[in-house]
Amino acid sequence: MKLFKTLAVSAAVALASTSGVANAGTLEDVKARGELNCVVTTGVAGFGAPDDSGRWTGFDVDFCRATAAAVLGDPNKVKFVPTTGKTRFTVLNSGEGDILYRNTTITMSRDVDLKLTFLGVNYYDGQGFMVPKALGVTSAKQLDGASICIQTGTTTELNLADYFRANNMSYEPVTIETNEEGQTNYLAGRCDVYTTDASGLASTRSTFEHPGAHVILPEIISKEPLGPAVRQGDDEWADVTRWVLNVLIAAEELGITQGNIKGHAGSAGKDPNVNRIAGTEGDFGSMIGLDKQWAVRAISAVGNYGEIFERNIGVNTSLGLARGLNAQWTNGGILYAPPVR
Amino acid sequence: MTAATKSGNPSLFYRLFFDKELRSVTIQVITMALLLAFFFFIISNAITNLETIGKGYSFSFLWDASNYDINQTLIEYDSRSPHWRAALVGIINTLLVAVAGIILATIVGFLLGVLRLSSNWLINRVVYVYIEYVRNVPVLLHILLVHGIVVNTLPVPKYAMMAFDGALFLTNRGFYTPKPLFEPAMWAVFIAFIIGIGFTIWFKGYARKVQDETGKIYPILWISLAAIFLFPFIVYFIAGAPLTWEYPELKGFNFKGGLVLRPEFVALWLALSLYTAAFIAEIVRAGIQAISHGQTEAAYALGIKPGRTMQLVIIPQALRVIIPPLSSQYLNITKNSSLAIAIGYMDIVATIGGISLNQTGREMECMTIVLGIYLTFSLMISAFMNWYNKRMKLVER
Repeated sequence: MKLFKTLAVSAAVALASTSGVANAGTLEDVKARGELNCVVTTGVAGFGAPDDSGRWTGFDVDFCRATAAAVLGDPNKVKFVPTTGKTRFTVLNSGEGDILYRNTTITMSRDVDLKLTFLGVNYYDGQGFMVPKALGVTSAKQLDGASICIQTGTTTELNLADYFRANNMSYEPVTIETNEEGQTNYLAGRCDVYTTDASGLASTRSTFEHPGAHVILPEIISKEPLGPAVRQGDDEWADVTRWVLNVLIAAEELGITQGNIKGHAGSAGKDPNVNRIAGTEGDFGSMIGLDKQWAVRAISAVGNYGEIFERNIGVNTSLGLARGLNAQWTNGGILYAPPVR
Repeated sequence: MTAATKSGNPSLFYRLFFDKELRSVTIQVITMALLLAFFFFIISNAITNLETIGKGYSFSFLWDASNYDINQTLIEYDSRSPHWRAALVGIINTLLVAVAGIILATIVGFLLGVLRLSSNWLINRVVYVYIEYVRNVPVLLHILLVHGIVVNTLPVPKYAMMAFDGALFLTNRGFYTPKPLFEPAMWAVFIAFIIGIGFTIWFKGYARKVQDETGKIYPILWISLAAIFLFPFIVYFIAGAPLTWEYPELKGFNFKGGLVLRPEFVALWLALSLYTAAFIAEIVRAGIQAISHGQTEAAYALGIKPGRTMQLVIIPQALRVIIPPLSSQYLNITKNSSLAIAIGYMDIVATIGGISLNQTGREMECMTIVLGIYLTFSLMISAFMNWYNKRMKLVER
C-alpha cells in the first residue's frame, strides 16, 4: 500500500513537471548551428566516400556542399552523417540529419508512408546485374537458380523479388548490410551476381582489382529515380533545398559554370534567366529566407550539374558513366529543371 | 527553516525533510518522480514527434505482402507472404540457431571443462590457451572470421568438394547432404521410437525399484539406447526400409535438392557455440572444483567405482554450482544470435527488425515486436533453467 502511494504521488509530480516539445524550423536550426548535417552513404565510390585524406567527395556529397554554401556561405560547413540503407530514414526523421543525399530511390510509399519530402531527381538510375565475365552470362534471363548478393533496406530487394517472380525464375537472395560486405561476398564467390542500381554497380566495379573481369548485364529491371529528401512538414526547408538542386541543373542548361558565375554576378548580362540566378535581377533569395547571392555561392562552390557529374562519375572517371538519361532535356536526356522566375 | 518551526511544533514541510521517518519517504517519492518524469518525457517526446510527422502506431502493416525473399526458410514463404510470416521465418531461424548453439556449446563446454582439469599437462595447457583466446575476443569477430573462412576457403559449387561418395558436398554456398524422403510406412518407425522412449522411462523406474529391493543394478544406459535406437532401426527394416534419399545435384549455378546448411548459419552457429563453450568450460571447471576431494575419497572408501562416483556423487553436487551461471550463458547465446545481421543470416532482427522495418518505415512497431520476442525467449529459458535448478537443488531433510 505504501509502495502504491509512493508511485501515485510520484506519477502526479512527474506529470506536473513535463511539458510539450516544439519543433523549430530546420532552416533556422541549420543557421543557428552553423553547420549542415547531411545524411550520406557509408561509402559508394564516386557518389559519396571519404578520400585518402578523409575529406568526403562524390556526386551526392557535392550537392550537400552546394546546399551548405547557399545556406551558410561555406561549402565546408557540412557534417556528413554516414548511414546504411537501413538506417538512413530513421536518422533523417529523428532529426540527426537535415537532408538526405544518399542514392535514394523516390517511391510513393517512402514519400507518403515514411513521411519524407522528396525534392526532385538528381540521378535517373535503374537496377542492373553484375556478373563475372567467366560465367558467360549475357542476359538476366539466364540467371535462374543463381545466388544473388543484395543490399538490405533498398528498393532493389523488392524489384529483385518482383523480377524473378514475373519471369518464373528462382534465386537465392544473399542479404548483406553494406556495399563493402557485398563486394567481399561477391568476389569470394558466395554469390554469382551482385545487384544494385546500375550507377552503384559501376561504382563498385571501379574499386575492383580487375574491373574488366566483370560485366554489367544489359537488362535494367526497374526505374530508380534517385533524389534528395527532407523530413515532411517543413515546407520552408524543403523549398530552400529543392531550389538549390534546381538551380544547379538550370545553371548547366543556361551555360553558367563554376568559372563564369563570378563574372555573371558582377554585372547584369543580357539574359534575364542568367541574371535571376546570378542575383542581378529580382530577389529570389529572400523568397526562401536567404540572400541574393545564394545561387552564386552554390555554383561557385561545386559548379553546375554537368560539372559535378563529370568530376565525380563521368566518362573520364574510374566509374565511366555516360550522361544517358541524365543529360539535359536539350541534349536528349530527361533532366529538366523548372525555371527560376 | 524559521525559528517558529523549530520550537516544538514543526510544520509538515519541515518534517518532510528533517523527520527521520518522513525523510525516507520523501526521498523515495522524489526519486520515483524523477524516474517517471524521465520516462514520461521520452515517451511523450516520441509520441509528439511521430504525430508531428503524421505517423501513427499501428500493426496493420503486418498483414500486407512483404515483397521480399528470404534464403533460409523452414516454413513456406515467398515474396507474396505477409510481413508477419516473414517475422515468423525470422523467429524460427533465431530459435534454430539458438537451440543448435545451446546444444553444441553445452557439449563442447563440458568437454573442455573436464579436459581443463586433466592431469595431462599438454591437454590441460592447450585447452587453457584455447579458452583464454576465445573468451577474450569479441564474438562478432568470431562470427566474421568463421564466415570469412567458409566463404573464402571453400570452393564454388562448380568445383565442390565431395565427401562420402556424394553424401556430402562442401561449397562456399553451403554444405549439401541428401534429404530423407519419408514413405507412409515411416510412421511405424516413428511410433517405434516413441514406444522406445516410453519404455525407457518405465524401465528406469522399474530398475530403481529392483535396486532398492534387491540391490541388483541393471545396465540402464545400454538397455535405454537399445530401446530408443535399435528397436526403431529393426522396425525400419521390417517395414521394408521406407525411406528414400533425394541427392543434391549441381544444376546451373547451384546445387538443387537435398538439405543445405548455409554458410551464414554455419558461421553463426559455430562462432556462437565455440565462444560460449569457452565460458561454459570455466563454469564447469569451477563447479567440479567446488566439490571437495574428500567426497571422491569417501565414495571410493565405500567401494563405489570411479564412474559411478562421478555420476552419483560429484556431478549432482557440481550441477548445483553449474546451473545458475549456465542459464545466463544460454541467455547470452540467444541474445548474441542477433549479431546474425553482420553476415546476413536472416534472423528476427534481419527480417521484421530489418527489411520489413525499412520497407514499411514502422520503426517503433517493428522494434516493439523484436523486443517482445527476445524478452519472451529469455524469460522462457530462465523459467526452464529455474525449474531445472529447483529440481537439482539439495533436498534438505
